[in-house]
Amino acid sequence: MPAALINVPRKAKRGDVIEIKTLMSHIMETGYRHLASGEVVPRDIITSFSCRYNGTEIFRADLFPAIAANPFITFFTTATESGTFEFDWIGDKGFSETATASIIVE
Amino acid sequence: MRFAGIIAIVALLTAGAVLATEIPPAERRSGYSFMAADTRAMQDDDTANPGMLWVLDGEALWSRKTGGADKACADCHNDARASMKGIAARYPAFDKTLGRPVDLEQRINLCRANHQQAQPLAYESRDLLALTAFVAQQSRGVAIETGSDPQLEPFVAKGRELFMQRQGQLNLGCTNCHDDNWDKHLAGSAITQAQPTGYPIYRLEWQSLGSLQRRLRSCITGIRAQAYDYGAPELVELELYLMSRARGMPVETPAVRP
Repeated sequence: MPAALINVPRKAKRGDVIEIKTLMSHIMETGYRHLASGEVVPRDIITSFSCRYNGTEIFRADLFPAIAANPFITFFTTATESGTFEFDWIGDKGFSETATASIIVE
Repeated sequence: MRFAGIIAIVALLTAGAVLATEIPPAERRSGYSFMAADTRAMQDDDTANPGMLWVLDGEALWSRKTGGADKACADCHNDARASMKGIAARYPAFDKTLGRPVDLEQRINLCRANHQQAQPLAYESRDLLALTAFVAQQSRGVAIETGSDPQLEPFVAKGRELFMQRQGQLNLGCTNCHDDNWDKHLAGSAITQAQPTGYPIYRLEWQSLGSLQRRLRSCITGIRAQAYDYGAPELVELELYLMSRARGMPVETPAVRP
């Protein structure tokens, strides 16, 4: 099932500042909620997100329990060369998702 | 003098209860228009709208074979982009076999039972919300026409009656907020007109997609009345009345609401 929505411009001019938008499907359970029976609902969050542009890391974020479900992370970078963006989300309970997007720089 | 004033107020209150003013067609507004610019931007951008995550899941489910018949939705209905366009804008619709209206979720489950020989999906389960969102999204921009079927008339009337009916410990009917006070605020939040144009919606408060029945149940709990169970005929009649009341307004599914 598709888990992520990525928005990277298909084409850009060299030197352009481009916006990258990512939306990942995740419940982001805080670990602070209790069931009616009193049991704590165990924490289940994404803890780390990173983006590599042609192999070089250009953005990284740590995530914490206060972040809402389905985290939407958006950031800017400079289009330097054609290639691919690789996105990684890592979290509790062995959560690990990747996605890629390509760009043509003219 | 004071006594006369009290009489005037009582008269006003009673008149309000009897003649709950319905919203003229030209003044109808989607919940979208009550939202802050940030939330509107979230709904407008398909890569920022979290409801699209369910739509994508629904698209995958559409072509997945399931049940005893080992059939996918796509095996009968082919491409949803063509076959499902405008469908959600006509729901809830009259079901001849059952002799009553069914909403989109119930239609999907009837289809599963009758044609796929599969177990019904639970209300508010990820799969049912995903399929409903995917089907309804095909009607985005289509004008709502629910309730044009004359067979539905008595059910629309029942739904309207429920909408007007005061109930619960707060003794409020839906109409007291959503017809009479939609231009005001309740605890800082806009009271909207209850136009169900974008269901299932991604509600920020829920951190999830949710159905119109979920929204109705939380509103009923809010007036401290006992909420009807999921799938109850009363909820479907309310959905039917609300959709017929929004006739002509465009479908926004999946909408984002605060």
